[in-house]
Amino acid sequence: MSNQKMINLKINDITVTVPEGTTVLEAAEKVNIKIPRLCYYEFPGMPKINRIASCRVCVVEIEGRKNLAPSCATLVTEGMIVKTNTPRAVKARRTMVELLLSDHPNSCLTCPKNNNCDLQKIAADLNIRKIRFQGERLRFREDESSFSLKKDLEKCIMCRRCEVMCNEVQTCRVLSAVGRGFGVVVSTAFHLPQKDTACTFCGQCVSVCPTAALTGISYIDQVWEAINNPTKKVIVQTAPAVRVGLSEEFGLPDGEPITGKLVAGLRRLGFDAIFDTNFGADLTIMEEAKELIDRITKNENLPILTSCCPGWINFIETNFPDLLHIPSSAKSPQQMFGAIAKTYYAKKIGIDPKDLVVVSVMPCLAKKYEANRPEFSSNGIQDVDYVITTRELVYMLREAGIDLAQLQDEKYDSPLGESTGAAVIFGVTGGVLEAALRTAYEWLTKKELKEVNFTDIRGLEGIKEATIDIDGLKLNVAVASGLGNARKILEKIQSGESHYHAIEIMACPGGCINGGGQPFKHGDMTLIEDRMRGIYKEDRNCKYRKSHENPEIQKLYQEFLGEPGSHKAHELLHTKYFKR
Amino acid sequence: MPKLNSISDLKNLKEKSLLNILMRKGEIKKDVKKSILVCGGTGCQSSNSKKILANLKEELAKNRIEDNYQCLMVGCFGFCEKGPIVDIEPDGVFYVSVKPEDAKDIITEHIINNKKVERLLYIDPATNQKIERQDDIPFYKKQMRIALRNCGFINPENIEEYIAMDGYFALAKSLFELGDVKTLEEVKKSGLRGRGGGGFPTGLKWEFAKKEKNDQKYIICNADEGDPGAFMDRSVLEGDPHSVLEAMAIAGYVIGSNKGYIYIRAEYPLAIERLKIAIKQAREYGLLGENILGSNFNFDIQLSYGAGAFVCGEEIALIASIEGSRGEPNVKPPFPAQSGLWKKPTNVNNVETFANIPPIILNGGEWFAKIGSEKSKGTKVFALAGKINNVGLVEVPMGITLREIIYDIGGGIKNNKKFKAVQTGGPSGGCIPEKFLDIQIDYDNLTAIGSMMGSGGMIVLDEDDCMVNVAKFYLEFTKDESCGRCTPCRVGNKRLLEILQKITDGNGTMEDLETLKELSEIIKDTSLCGLGQTAPNPVLSTLKYFYDEYVAHVKDKKCPAGACSKLLRYFIIEEKCVGCSACARNCPVSCISGEIKKKYTIDQSKCIKCGACIQKCKFGAIIIQ
Repeated sequence: MSNQKMINLKINDITVTVPEGTTVLEAAEKVNIKIPRLCYYEFPGMPKINRIASCRVCVVEIEGRKNLAPSCATLVTEGMIVKTNTPRAVKARRTMVELLLSDHPNSCLTCPKNNNCDLQKIAADLNIRKIRFQGERLRFREDESSFSLKKDLEKCIMCRRCEVMCNEVQTCRVLSAVGRGFGVVVSTAFHLPQKDTACTFCGQCVSVCPTAALTGISYIDQVWEAINNPTKKVIVQTAPAVRVGLSEEFGLPDGEPITGKLVAGLRRLGFDAIFDTNFGADLTIMEEAKELIDRITKNENLPILTSCCPGWINFIETNFPDLLHIPSSAKSPQQMFGAIAKTYYAKKIGIDPKDLVVVSVMPCLAKKYEANRPEFSSNGIQDVDYVITTRELVYMLREAGIDLAQLQDEKYDSPLGESTGAAVIFGVTGGVLEAALRTAYEWLTKKELKEVNFTDIRGLEGIKEATIDIDGLKLNVAVASGLGNARKILEKIQSGESHYHAIEIMACPGGCINGGGQPFKHGDMTLIEDRMRGIYKEDRNCKYRKSHENPEIQKLYQEFLGEPGSHKAHELLHTKYFKR
Repeated sequence: MPKLNSISDLKNLKEKSLLNILMRKGEIKKDVKKSILVCGGTGCQSSNSKKILANLKEELAKNRIEDNYQCLMVGCFGFCEKGPIVDIEPDGVFYVSVKPEDAKDIITEHIINNKKVERLLYIDPATNQKIERQDDIPFYKKQMRIALRNCGFINPENIEEYIAMDGYFALAKSLFELGDVKTLEEVKKSGLRGRGGGGFPTGLKWEFAKKEKNDQKYIICNADEGDPGAFMDRSVLEGDPHSVLEAMAIAGYVIGSNKGYIYIRAEYPLAIERLKIAIKQAREYGLLGENILGSNFNFDIQLSYGAGAFVCGEEIALIASIEGSRGEPNVKPPFPAQSGLWKKPTNVNNVETFANIPPIILNGGEWFAKIGSEKSKGTKVFALAGKINNVGLVEVPMGITLREIIYDIGGGIKNNKKFKAVQTGGPSGGCIPEKFLDIQIDYDNLTAIGSMMGSGGMIVLDEDDCMVNVAKFYLEFTKDESCGRCTPCRVGNKRLLEILQKITDGNGTMEDLETLKELSEIIKDTSLCGLGQTAPNPVLSTLKYFYDEYVAHVKDKKCPAGACSKLLRYFIIEEKCVGCSACARNCPVSCISGEIKKKYTIDQSKCIKCGACIQKCKFGAIIIQ
């Protein structure tokens, strides 16, 4: 920084000194002037900023320039004189918002983004009380073709955040601007239904969409119906990242793990039993660690790739069909939980699996797709019936008048509610691999692992690499989060450059804590960091830190599965991948 | 043909090819093979000029004199109003509106019997006199052809004819005599400004790209001519493709680039064909490719096709399109000179700009700077269209007045109607009223009166044109052709158009006029690229100069020009109506009633203003008010 050239300028008569290359918008923030903006977006955890300058809301007056300048995309120059709130700039800014609103349904009261919408917020911030322009509005049919993603293109304001996310960050290249002139909108090629595209349903587009142009498919109604159906027993499982993802929605500190309150809230909603996906995660480790050890000791089919992220699985199936032999065949924790619930658990409580409804609460939209994969059902009964996101759970709790902050902690039900710290870290990038290593170490060396924290593979960087010493055996591992990073790793494997033994991949940058189904962060990366800290805090507080120490898991193998990798385990807990 | 390896090879080839050209110019008097030149531009070709050429050749063959004549297709003569054109040189006899069946008379009368084919000569509407020679036709008198110097004179599919016209000697002069620095100096001295619309000084643009240090740079020729009615770039490419290739090589040499792209719209198949032939020939002759003329300078050119998006004429959008991305402008800086095609320094110039380069290098920048006005040097090609007698392409020195172009060259307004305005600069330009007809045309003057040079479209409007409607027409175009990226251009222009529609429908209010002006100014002030920043110009200039017409639409619910159909009223004049019922029988909505041999009346509430009645009335009894 020291040899960086500094630039002096004046913004609203305040002198600012910033490094060369800073934008006017950033420089203004240095002196606490927040220039209103809309399309601008800092992608959390990525050196990527949406500076497409398309909305023109952040325009300011710069002395000597003929036209107003978009502050988000205008670099500071020495001696520049900027005025952010001149009548000319304010009028133009308001006109931009009015124009956007003139081509918007303005159905805020019934919109899924009501109270959570950047367009609504800017309209309020700019005191828009009247839309002076009326005229034709673009009309599109809603796309609800997939299990995960809903497109309501009439609400698209062409900020292109989703496009940057889909193309540049996730490299899925599904969304882009389509058409010309007034008819332009961000959509799929030829407006193909989302289900017919290469979409992985990671939902990252949804998390950056300022309006409700992109949202998730909701299963709230189905869940309420099941809960209220007296002939059904409805059980629920909660993913690791959920417990750190909703505290701020109830006025609790960002990222605070509120597992006990979450359990209490779910019980009040009327679920018959509250279980934990973490149980499934421990089970996943039992199977995956076994497979890891087998493949390492035989030194074949390496590297092994984790397989618990459904967005990532969709990605490899679509983009790297030649590599489908390398992901672990172990099902994801959600699906292992579902399979065990509908067999072991149903039998144990003496219920016909078709009367047992399994609901998942996930930080994820791809989980909705995963639950609906045909291979995850038997005799026409899905292993997991409905998947709702963390966001949907918040909506349900609000609707039922349940304020989690006011509830006393409660415990999960038995037997599928017991879990370890190894399971909870599944919620953050690096966690699945760390959990697998904790178990694999002890199984390989037959020694106790004293230091369970594999800090080399922690943190929010997109790609992490480490060499892990397992009592002399050097394991080369890598962790990637974000599909663009996954692509880099997979291309290395394809070209033969890769020297890894094991790789963890998560579709969402940072892992499930930043999943496409989590409450909106509005570009605030500190929230993701807080959730990460919450996850590790929860891990530290666990009685057991290694999956194979989970007593309920041990009992499950004794009573039902035999041992990891057994025939029964393969039948229930493993899967195949298909070219898409 | 072996490759030309040196400047003397090029000179030798010129000597060899010169004879035909000298005969055509009339500079050789003995044993002259006359040239029969047929216009091969897109316009004349669509009026069957290929067939004319074939028939002419057939007639020559029938008379067994085909070896004594050069009968060939050349580029556009510009006088499209009177096409197809056949020109006999060195006689200078100019036949207009020729049909394939006229070939026989041209050969037997003119060529064999040495008598002019009187019926094919141009008749000056002012004097009603026949004019034989091209140079005597008023349309050509005030023209000065630099960019179009070879159009309509040489065979564009024969590189040797171009070389005979000093073609590729400018490149040779740069390579062997001037060097890159002095070549750039000449371009800067010439004062040449970009002819595609922006008017940025070409030499300066080259200098920016030259300054960048990079192992790869690109030259792009912008041939994505998209203004409705403008076709000067097409004409240059069809009539003189080598002039552009040569200029691109010179630009490449100056900035240090070995690779050029011509981004041309796919709707120009003939220009593409001629370019392909030209590039192939230039490569065969060693004038493109490696070690050009033995100079160690390498330069090659590739064609890249546009899919018809107007915005791809904007240089950043154009570059994105070549790269295979969506054609969309982006925030500047970086400018293409810093980071252009494939993120490499790139220089983009328009076709007409390039066409000026070889003469500038050959004659020197100072020669060029003497032509034109103080701040706008050289000539400019305009596409004359609209309500004007001589529709076509004209090249005139900068500084000429609008009046000279419209009345002297263009022959005045069609059907002796009254001039109302001239729209310049394409869809982003403005409408200029009569009071400015005597201003000198140059970049700055046009901008000062709310219009612009643009690529040189010039559409003349007469008393029958409604200015609100004209603004609507242009906005319709820009609204559709906006890339849709930024809010003001995508939504704002749409809303402007809707307000204009409301006004022409008779539903406008005075408040709408305020909104039009305010929104137009905000769109100009906030849009990302030149398209949006200029799109409201037609609205603003008509509001400024023809405000009364807007007010008439709003307050009196009348269209003074009688062009807005929803504001028209059809009336039957009692005295003239004979009660024949023809109008009533032909009215598609049955809104005319009456009895045979009595007076008929129109129910205004049902009338859809289709005009069917007026056409059927033989007694002139129906009028529009």
